Amino acid sequence: MMKDMSAMTDPRQPPAPTRAPVFELIEVEKVFQIRRPGAGLRRDTVGLRALDGVRLRVEQGASLALVGESGSGKSTLLRVLLGLDAPTGGRALYHGRPIREVRAEGPRFARDVAMVYQDARGSLDPRMTIGALIAEPLRHFGIVPAGQVAGRVAELLARVGLPADAAQRYPAGLSGGQVRRVAIARALASEPSVLVADEAVSGLDVSTQAQLLTLLRGLQRDMGLTLVFITHDLGVASYLCEEIAIMYLGRIVETGPTDAVLAAPAHPYAAALRAAAPRFFEPLPEPLPGEIPSPLDLPPGCRFSGRCPMVQPDCQTRDPQLGRHGEGRAVACLHPLGAA
Amino acid sequence: MKMDAIAADPLLAVTDLTVYRGQAKILDRVSLSLARGETLALVGESGAGKSTIATALMRLLDGAEVEGQADLSGAGDLLALPEAQMVRLRGRRMSMIFQDAGAALNPAYTVGRQLISVLRRTMGLDRAAARARAVDLFTQVGINDAEARLSAFPHQLSGGMQQRVMVAIALAGNPDLLLADEPTSALDVTIQAQIVRLILSLTRDRGASCIFVLHDLALASQACDRIVVLYAGQVVESGPAHDVLTRNRHPYTRQLQGCVLEIGRKDLLAPEGNVPSHDQMPEGCRFATRCPRALPHCATEPPPLAAADPARTGPLDHAFACWNPE
Repeated sequence: MMKDMSAMTDPRQPPAPTRAPVFELIEVEKVFQIRRPGAGLRRDTVGLRALDGVRLRVEQGASLALVGESGSGKSTLLRVLLGLDAPTGGRALYHGRPIREVRAEGPRFARDVAMVYQDARGSLDPRMTIGALIAEPLRHFGIVPAGQVAGRVAELLARVGLPADAAQRYPAGLSGGQVRRVAIARALASEPSVLVADEAVSGLDVSTQAQLLTLLRGLQRDMGLTLVFITHDLGVASYLCEEIAIMYLGRIVETGPTDAVLAAPAHPYAAALRAAAPRFFEPLPEPLPGEIPSPLDLPPGCRFSGRCPMVQPDCQTRDPQLGRHGEGRAVACLHPLGAA
Repeated sequence: MKMDAIAADPLLAVTDLTVYRGQAKILDRVSLSLARGETLALVGESGAGKSTIATALMRLLDGAEVEGQADLSGAGDLLALPEAQMVRLRGRRMSMIFQDAGAALNPAYTVGRQLISVLRRTMGLDRAAARARAVDLFTQVGINDAEARLSAFPHQLSGGMQQRVMVAIALAGNPDLLLADEPTSALDVTIQAQIVRLILSLTRDRGASCIFVLHDLALASQACDRIVVLYAGQVVESGPAHDVLTRNRHPYTRQLQGCVLEIGRKDLLAPEGNVPSHDQMPEGCRFATRCPRALPHCATEPPPLAAADPARTGPLDHAFACWNPE
């Protein structure tokens, strides 16, 4: 209670209700023009709709999991959030201003929004020591005077749980889990307020994954980071993130507080993902039939209708939009589960 | 006929399987048994030796020195048989499904040609009969429009479809032992569920036994009758899935279970440290360097695999290897 009062009277803190969210996506669409399959040498192109009508708000200090299978548009959404791709429709805003515009202005955006890549080892120059790799962003953004770089590197190594002598080693001398820690230390070096991570714990052993998740959750809480975490693992989303957005074929099909969404998913696809996650001693669930259709050949109506166990006749003609579904939740389904 | 054998004798009995790669002992006296019709999970983290066990049993391990014994009922010691006999066993008695179906299939041949060649070799069918059987198998593994898909090349199929083709090829010769090495870890979750159920139902229909190499304990509990937990090339605990997971005695099993992220779980038991490298591996229990319950002699004296219940000491019963169990 006292803490809330002090935050309200603190003159440095702008009042919460008027503050623009860190990221806001309004009806974002991203169409890639690709060569028509089977076109041979002809130059026919066809539009691949990787993102379609995506609406998303990420508030300051929030932790959001973007969940979906391959081809769902997670990575394209990430590229739009980082300003690497311009949306072909709709608006992508960072603190109320177009992301591409802010990014073009200078290093402020790159300093404030840090990225942890999926292939951590590939993102590190193998000929540089760990110390030099972490010092690079410190120097590039002029975070500390040259004389204090070594001290700051040591602090960052300690913060991500690596021994101080790691600074003299090369990426090849570190294990998979340690390399991911280096990538996290490098991302934190620019003192960002937003951390974007793409499958940062996938492909690791469960014990290494547990160590990294404990670290990430501690960092997010202690430093008040805004976290956007791309994962295919609902267990990871549930452990690390307060909010979740589940994607299917370029659309967000369900979003809301993670615990509420996973306790009672409203979209049949969310429910199927939930059921497919391994659970101790539960009987193996009835799997969803079929596979994700090609984004070049979308079914009419709801794009999940071809695999949906609850499909109704109108699902094949009407395309559902993301609409409000209870407290802080939204779902894109004509017949959401649990609705009377 | 193989069905004449007494149901009680195990299909496979592995005793003290030890594998050296140079100086490194990557499997250390691994013993395990498999009953007929049973599904067994080999669980552990990378470097535990799960895949090495499967590959050693198929005699596909290259550049390694193998010791110990692996008796396949009716065939003899898999580790001692002449290669000519192993060639006859592969596909007919035992076959393997690999993690990366895309890499295991030959990109230069159609999937139909690859399946038909296995059918002709293992079942002695002529071309027409093998083709008819291939269509039948593709249908059984859930490939729609089977006839047309026979002429597809592997790259024309999705990862899930490639894995279905692998399952069809593995089952073509009606083997009674199937080794599945992380068959679903490269696939999306909804496709994973399809493939696991497919492998289980097809092996059960045929009365075959299956060894699943997995890294997910929760999935092992859902899919398998028994579990063998491995750490750095040693068996630390084995037995019926329920006993191993609800009455585990080895600290590593407990720790591994504490790392599984079930949905809704907010507490995570993250273990300290890493698996030691092979030149620093303790002589005794290899988990001793990270074990919260380690005693002074754990690192020097290897603990034997002991029955959890003195009244049940069979090779399939719950056993653990620890000097200071939970």
